[in-house]
Amino acid sequence: MRIAVQHETFDPGEWLNRMQGDNQGTGAVVGFVGYVRDYNDGNSVAGMWLEHYPGMTEKALLSIAEQAAVRWPLLDVQLIHRVGQLEPGEPIVFVGVASAHRQAAFAATEFIMDYLKTRAPFWKRENTPQGERWVESRESDEQALERWSSQP
Amino acid sequence: MIHLQFFARYREQLGCDTEQLPWHTSFRTMGDVRQHLLARGEAWQVLSEPRIMCARNQELCALDTAIVDGDELAFFPPVTGG
Repeated sequence: MRIAVQHETFDPGEWLNRMQGDNQGTGAVVGFVGYVRDYNDGNSVAGMWLEHYPGMTEKALLSIAEQAAVRWPLLDVQLIHRVGQLEPGEPIVFVGVASAHRQAAFAATEFIMDYLKTRAPFWKRENTPQGERWVESRESDEQALERWSSQP
Repeated sequence: MIHLQFFARYREQLGCDTEQLPWHTSFRTMGDVRQHLLARGEAWQVLSEPRIMCARNQELCALDTAIVDGDELAFFPPVTGG
């Protein structure tokens, strides 16, 4: 299991390939990459600043990964999240999950992203032609969590 | 002493990222500290937002979470990472 919070960009393909090589018995690896979009809520976006809560952020991500590992039979979880200045097209977040079979890997990846978006202390501030603005959280992100409360 | 932290929009609107707040015997919960800050006046009303999030010693908590002297407490708007 690896958690990284960093300013530097990264190569998602490199992280994905490493997962298979590191884990004996791996039959499935699911990778999710989130990117900076050049458009959001009716405005073009020239870039963004990602603020975080040093110390708590790493703990929150580790806790989310550990919860996923309790819930599904996982062989590995790797999670990387950028902070600081980001440009459109750059990767923000990578979640990689390795398992013997695909079902666990798919479900755990979604679970981790749903919790990350609503529980990990990151905040985006976008740079638009109208100036800088803090991104508002979405109700749909909070609703996405509800499916995990009932499903085993 | 309580180690207070504010993040993102709250940090900007309050013009403050950290504060050392002397312990007060009336403090029982996160909500008590929030009330104490709200009583400072208009500039602090941003903390009255219903969707406010908070953390005690770097773990998410609720406004009715009990606190003790020496805690690190943080208030922040809903998170938007990922």
